[in-house]
Amino acid sequence: MKDLIKKYCNLLGPSGMEDSVREAIIEDIKDSGAEYQTDAIGNLIVFKKGKKRRNKKVLLSAHMDEVGFMVKYIDEEGYAWFDSVGGVDRRVVSGRRLVFCESNIPAVVASKAIHMQTLEERGKCEPISEMHIDIGATSREEAKKYINIGDCAVFEPNYEEFGDGLVRSKALDDRFGCAALVKMINGELEYDTYFAFNTCEEVGCDGAKEVAHNLRPDVVIALEATTAGDILGVSKSKCACSVGEGAVLSIMDRSTIYDQTLLELAVETAKEKNIKWQYKNVVAGGNEAGVYQRAASGARVLAISAPARYIHSASNVLAMSDMEAVYQLAAAINERSFE
Amino acid sequence: MINLVKKYQNAFSVSGYETQLAEIISQDLKDVCDEISIDPVGNVIAYKKGKDSSKKLMIASHMDEIGFIVTNIEESGMIRVAPIGGINPVASCYNEVRFKNGTVGLLVVEDGTKLSEVANNKLFVDIGASNASKAKRKVKIGDVCAVSPYFKKLSPKRYASKAFDDRVCCAISAYSALNCKTPAYDTYFVFTVQEEVGCRGAKPSSFTVMPDYSIALDVTPAPACGNPNHLTVKLGEGAAIKIKDSSVICSRKLVDRLTDLAEENNIKYQYEVLLAGGTDTSAMQIAGSGSHACCISLPTRYVHTPVETIDADDLKACTDLLIALIENGAE
Repeated sequence: MKDLIKKYCNLLGPSGMEDSVREAIIEDIKDSGAEYQTDAIGNLIVFKKGKKRRNKKVLLSAHMDEVGFMVKYIDEEGYAWFDSVGGVDRRVVSGRRLVFCESNIPAVVASKAIHMQTLEERGKCEPISEMHIDIGATSREEAKKYINIGDCAVFEPNYEEFGDGLVRSKALDDRFGCAALVKMINGELEYDTYFAFNTCEEVGCDGAKEVAHNLRPDVVIALEATTAGDILGVSKSKCACSVGEGAVLSIMDRSTIYDQTLLELAVETAKEKNIKWQYKNVVAGGNEAGVYQRAASGARVLAISAPARYIHSASNVLAMSDMEAVYQLAAAINERSFE
Repeated sequence: MINLVKKYQNAFSVSGYETQLAEIISQDLKDVCDEISIDPVGNVIAYKKGKDSSKKLMIASHMDEIGFIVTNIEESGMIRVAPIGGINPVASCYNEVRFKNGTVGLLVVEDGTKLSEVANNKLFVDIGASNASKAKRKVKIGDVCAVSPYFKKLSPKRYASKAFDDRVCCAISAYSALNCKTPAYDTYFVFTVQEEVGCRGAKPSSFTVMPDYSIALDVTPAPACGNPNHLTVKLGEGAAIKIKDSSVICSRKLVDRLTDLAEENNIKYQYEVLLAGGTDTSAMQIAGSGSHACCISLPTRYVHTPVETIDADDLKACTDLLIALIENGAE
């Protein structure tokens, strides 16, 4: 799974431009015997037969997109003014290396050197609307040869293993989830299962809405990255979950109160299979589960997440053991009939 | 009727954890309905066949109430909680709370908090445990609690209780299902989940029913003293026919129809224009291809506190108006 995670993380796929991720996934599952199709907004839906049928339609879901930046204006000096695609903390943007999707044009987010800042400017972070991207062009004409309004950039690919079993990279949220699903598709399944690789989660779970309405699943398990709070300055009681402590089971977040029977089943399965798990103990964040729970006639939903430090920055930090635990727990739960 | 209210009010039913009340209501209605089901999210959908099956009427009241969820158990044995739904921290603190497993505790505020600083992130529950391991024997992370049941007859016609929002309307709906003559249309008595966290249950259930006409039943704030928000609905002045709240502009056709039915049947009514606050009405209005939607509101003082107060005449007016609509249809 490590190789898959690395490969997917290094692809460029902000919300709305997930094509390269989708193509890579299709390449990786095309010999698995699964049926697959892409819908109108780019979601990849996969159906894989298992040894048995079950009455419930079960869907496992992850999203392909990552946060990014879209050009909204190119000025006379060749700087690109931009906005974020998805929720990016502006404090982690200034001075970053970016790459434009499709064209692969390298860029940096310009920042004024500390020497040139006025006293008032020092120590402050300007809003994203006042930042700009520098592609090394000296005029609008020159810049427009390489980029255009509407083009998107993401943090430069930077997958790397470090520390004791940790990984740092952009886009681990949620490419590791994609990798886990691909691994399941390429393995043997107990029951018939649907898999969705969704677009546009970071801008409001738009992909999942279409998948939910078209597929009408009974049970949905979302694989996600979730905010870990085991960092400096966060008290234990508000830490949500910790890196290295296993797969995270959410009880309630801003979008969903999770199905209790599924939650109990997950805890039971984790204990039975000796998979490390933890609760998310802060009511924060949200994911595609909320959409699935309430689309059409509704579905029972569960979220299994890997704790991620510095999520939505250029360096998400996750533990390989947690990502493995998410995969193992999702695979183990999928061996149930959900009757 | 008031016994039904009492019974429902006693059930444990915080948003997302409504199974106990769902079971009670399903039992109560199973002999008078043609079909009862519980959907994946937990909504109870009780169907009663009508004279004209070409039209569908959906009636929604929500089973859930606001409450608290355990997010951490501190070394001291104190339990940190986060709100579920629109908690009024000032009204909630220093009340008794009860967990689903029966554990009782006190909702308290962090030491040294000034009255003006009382906020949801300063709330703890004290279950009398002297350390974390003792507390964990009774309560674990993710457990939910609500203010303990309390029911008081203040005067011959006025009652105070927690969770009248919206148990009293569940009772109106169930009572109507039990006592109405054959409905004009195929009628779906829906008892929804998770209204207090954003009308989440009404969305899938209205998609399933796909009603032509829909009526939400909910409480609406009635002023008691001061009235800084210039609320116009008054306690004791009858059923409130909703014209708008912040989630919906009601179907004029249904507003007029309910007005006519009230006039014809001598049911006391008033109009409600609510500037803040949403209801299941909106989810039913915009589900699928849309429906004519309105809401019959019960005037209630001190909404979202442990002492919500209602008037028995209003309760009767709301019930009579609902039954009139069920039996006579919307046209």
